[in-house]
Amino acid sequence: MSYPAQPFKDKEFARKFYELMVRSRVLEEKLIRMAKSDDGFFWIGGPGEEAFNISLGLQVKKGHGLEHDFLHLHYRNNGTLLAMGSPMIDFIRQMKNSKNDPFSGGRNFVSHVCKKEWNVVPATSTIETQYSVSPGTARAQWRARQQGKDAGVTIVVGGDAGSAEGDFATCLIWASRPEQELPMLIIVTNNSYGISTSAETQHGEKNVSDRGKAFGIETLVCDGNNPERIWSSIEKGLDYVRGSGRPFILEAKVSRLNGHSSSSGANRVDEPDCIEIFERKLLKNAWITEEEISDIRKSAQAEVNKAHEEVRKEPYPDAGTFQDHTYADGKRGGIPGRDF
Amino acid sequence: MANMAQAIRLALHYGEKNLGVTDIFGEDVGAPLGGVFTCTQGLKTTWNTPLDERGIVGHAIGLALAGQKPVAEIQFCDYIFNTIDLLKLAGNSCWSSNGQYPLDMVLMTPHGAGIHGSIYHSHSFDAWATRLPGWKIVIPSNPLDAYGLMLAALEDPNPVMYLAPKALLRSKGKEKIPGEPDEAELKKAIDAPIGDRQNWEPQWPAIQRHLQPLGKAKQVRQGNSATIVTYGRHVQMSQQVADELSSKGMGEVRVIDLCTLYPYDWEAISKAVLETGKILFVNEDTEITNFGEHLLRRVIDEHYYQLKARPRVLAAQHVPGVGLAPTLEEATVPQKKDIEKAITEILQERT
Repeated sequence: MSYPAQPFKDKEFARKFYELMVRSRVLEEKLIRMAKSDDGFFWIGGPGEEAFNISLGLQVKKGHGLEHDFLHLHYRNNGTLLAMGSPMIDFIRQMKNSKNDPFSGGRNFVSHVCKKEWNVVPATSTIETQYSVSPGTARAQWRARQQGKDAGVTIVVGGDAGSAEGDFATCLIWASRPEQELPMLIIVTNNSYGISTSAETQHGEKNVSDRGKAFGIETLVCDGNNPERIWSSIEKGLDYVRGSGRPFILEAKVSRLNGHSSSSGANRVDEPDCIEIFERKLLKNAWITEEEISDIRKSAQAEVNKAHEEVRKEPYPDAGTFQDHTYADGKRGGIPGRDF
Repeated sequence: MANMAQAIRLALHYGEKNLGVTDIFGEDVGAPLGGVFTCTQGLKTTWNTPLDERGIVGHAIGLALAGQKPVAEIQFCDYIFNTIDLLKLAGNSCWSSNGQYPLDMVLMTPHGAGIHGSIYHSHSFDAWATRLPGWKIVIPSNPLDAYGLMLAALEDPNPVMYLAPKALLRSKGKEKIPGEPDEAELKKAIDAPIGDRQNWEPQWPAIQRHLQPLGKAKQVRQGNSATIVTYGRHVQMSQQVADELSSKGMGEVRVIDLCTLYPYDWEAISKAVLETGKILFVNEDTEITNFGEHLLRRVIDEHYYQLKARPRVLAAQHVPGVGLAPTLEEATVPQKKDIEKAITEILQERT
């Protein structure tokens, strides 16, 4: 997607950005309600990370193959895919384990996205393994660059809690091997919690991203609740990685507005809300009215409700398909000579 | 004849040249060493990694996600245990993405005891590996099959784990790989010289495609008195036992080399039970929750009334490791005498 050179000085862009944030929030609120009303088994997602997710989604070089960006996301990044163009109904389908769930065919929790046509690799519940896996796609792109081919970059996203696993160190080491540095934007969305445990009680380092300095990796810490700052920080990181072919660590300090997941109640907590912050700015600039804000939210509600109604009619996957796709070309697994 | 390490090297060269292999990597896999067992000497796409098994497996997954064709090595399977969750992810990538992301990758690792490897160079991984749905698991027992299984693994679009018996990697076979030159010529052509290797380049022979298809066992010895189902280094041992029992007039024991542990060749096992009625499963992983136990359970489930003797599993003792002293290793891991004892008891059991 193309966007203005100074996007947040452009009224139309800012309004579009705001609308995407609201759609993302309304979607998450619907998913939470579904979980609370037994209309889905579990919710996890990213209310509070809309400024980050929309900024990332709009700046990705979207598509399939090495010439496009690879995305190794975690389970708070629905908004990124929404900004890239995924319809709301895709996420509702995963929440409902619908047979039409485009990400996992009814097999995985909500927010565990996967979309091969956009290089979005499977998001997993193991909150750190993407940091070990992502250097692999980056190496393929590094090689393409070495061969003079057009290549995208690899973007990996995880949380502050997951950075305690050794995979994060793996990522830094493999991304910064001498003369084989990898084109990776390594992102930590730091919400200061691992489920119920405060990072303050577990992490002695001031910033997670500081660890990159030991490897000579450029780092940046930013306020992930401020759309302009997170946008420009992602832009800076991506420009650096695309231009130099070297890794860059971005740590975005974000809010976690509904706790870890439905397992902790998913109730709203008192933390800064990036949407409210942005709303105030738009109102102050007179770029939007209260009435328009209300209309945008109503429109998003209508969109998500319509999607929900449609998905309600969709069945679970056929029971007989549970072994399908264990192997390539749809092939089944199971017991040899009995199941296949 | 090529030894097993040379056979694997030849297969990987074939893979680089003909099957699109993009990366062969792991600890000491690239120059100058070419692998601690020399399996990767002189290959074009090799490179060395940090000493980081999770990084190696993760990198293989990432390369495969990006449409590359990687072959990764864990230097000894004894060091693969900290990668289990990544192995689970590799196995479920295709399934959990509803078919979007199959992983075309091979992970190879030396396996088993028999090299006086002490506690951390004697582990087996077959029982663990066969609990990883989404993977295919192979283990050769001779150089020709090592070649054929590697080519089959490289041609398969799924994650394949290639367990190479440590004790057999230096052993020679009885059958040539198609296109394999004489032994001295092969050694001169593809073995790196001792000392300075900077200017050395291999002269690859014109080897040809030869497959040991995944999922197919080999009946390596005929017989209708009883059956031994085994794999890896216990294939030769079992054949020797069977030959000796035959010479003593104690019966003709059929020996089946599974070659592929998953998907295993049930047809070959089932046929053997129906034709011999007596069966012994032999491997060297620890005996509690052993892969042989699954095979035995299935034999009981499906062929209980065709059995003429109590089916058995012969496996390693359930101890934390294989002790270095030869007395300890021999007491822990099935030896030829143990196979002989077990199959003799089965043969002598009244029907």
